[in-house]
Amino acid sequence: MLSKRNPQLNKHGELIHLLSIEGLPRAVIEQILDTAGSFLSVNDREVKKVPLLRGKSVFNLFFENSTRTRTTFEIAAKRLSADVINLDIARSSTAKGETLLDTVANLSAMHADMFVVRHSESGAPHLIAQHCAPHVHVVNAGDGRHAHPTQGLLDMYTIRHFKKDFRNLTVAIVGDIVHSRVARSDIHALNILGVPEIRAVGPKTLVPGDLRDMGVRVCHDMAEGVKDADVVIMLRLQNERMNGGMLPSSGEFFKHFGLTPEKLALAKPDAIVMHPGPINRGVEIASEVADGERSVILPQVTFGIAVRMAVMAILAGNEA
Amino acid sequence: MSDLLLDAEALYLELKRGVQRLLTPDTALVGIWSGGAWLAERLAADLGLPCGTISSAMHRDDFGSRGLAKADHTTLPFEVNGRDILLIDDVLYTGRTTRAVINELFDFGRPARVQLAVLVDRGGRELPIEPAFSAARVSLSADQSLRLARADDGRFSFEVK
Repeated sequence: MLSKRNPQLNKHGELIHLLSIEGLPRAVIEQILDTAGSFLSVNDREVKKVPLLRGKSVFNLFFENSTRTRTTFEIAAKRLSADVINLDIARSSTAKGETLLDTVANLSAMHADMFVVRHSESGAPHLIAQHCAPHVHVVNAGDGRHAHPTQGLLDMYTIRHFKKDFRNLTVAIVGDIVHSRVARSDIHALNILGVPEIRAVGPKTLVPGDLRDMGVRVCHDMAEGVKDADVVIMLRLQNERMNGGMLPSSGEFFKHFGLTPEKLALAKPDAIVMHPGPINRGVEIASEVADGERSVILPQVTFGIAVRMAVMAILAGNEA
Repeated sequence: MSDLLLDAEALYLELKRGVQRLLTPDTALVGIWSGGAWLAERLAADLGLPCGTISSAMHRDDFGSRGLAKADHTTLPFEVNGRDILLIDDVLYTGRTTRAVINELFDFGRPARVQLAVLVDRGGRELPIEPAFSAARVSLSADQSLRLARADDGRFSFEVK
């Protein structure tokens, strides 16, 4: 689907859309993380707002519901002084193809400058980026099983904040890897940033062996998966997986792959625990771990706003 | 332009003399990133003053065409409200950077007074901004760039391109 030139970059190699972490140069990822660092301190000011997107309109197009992600994008855009328009477009079978492009054409006629797109179909943000006006930037806020690049970037920001250097780390991603756009974005980012050992941990139905093609070590045993890890990323177990017969029950999953204090003790003593949220206590993570001193789940949320500010500010400053 | 005029170390001593005349009991130095920040850091050490660093990145008027390239930070480790702020920069040219950092400064509070002292004023102003002190004035054509460099041992020099 990708054309020869990465559609996310202009001819100078600058970011003009954020659709996927796959294929992004390391320098672009590092620029986003460095810029996010500058924006983090905006929270400490008397005026918690900077004028970089003043006069710009950011449209949140959420074809799939996600209050949390939409809210963090909204806060990020408002801290940059943009006007934010939220459109909660109910998921429907017609909200794709021509209809999707018609929606975008209509919003473009309202002088949108940026679209933040969440869609259940993989590739929808890419399609919009291909068909929108040249001055419009598109940010993928999660598409199907494909990618959730801002979550991947905020996870990288969090890891860099606590671990400083990527080059000696062992990162374990635990849970429903195969259906997870977060896992996919994390794996691409960790590979680009030079993490030597990335583990995908979970039952065979959720962590198939062909994930090895993405450069990860596949572990079907939790003890093996978290042993000596520096970072443990737990994924949310979606209930529909249980109904679909991929798992016997949530209790069974917790028994084998839920992160308890005992299992976390196998990781490095200074290991951090991450989760993209919302967490299911007692399904993939024990409350003692989620609320424990090694959990960085709430810092992830704070960093997420700074990372989304960085992405939007960088995009707005680059021309197609 | 003579070599003497571009002797950044000699100009620094001149700047220090000028800055001393502008001080009040409430003065804090704020260096404009990056050359001005080096100057302010050394002045603060030499004169025993509180010191911060300020970046124009969040308030630039050319953001749309230049984008956000550098991850430079504003760090003001003192109360801005009621302070006499003395902005320090290496080269004053169009005044646009000064305008942007004044906006940035006011995001942190309401200073009692804001002044500007620079190493070199090269003219060419595009905004009504004047320094309270400049150690030297030079004329350069618009295609020339002048910037401060700092060696590993902390000594200053000028780069002209």
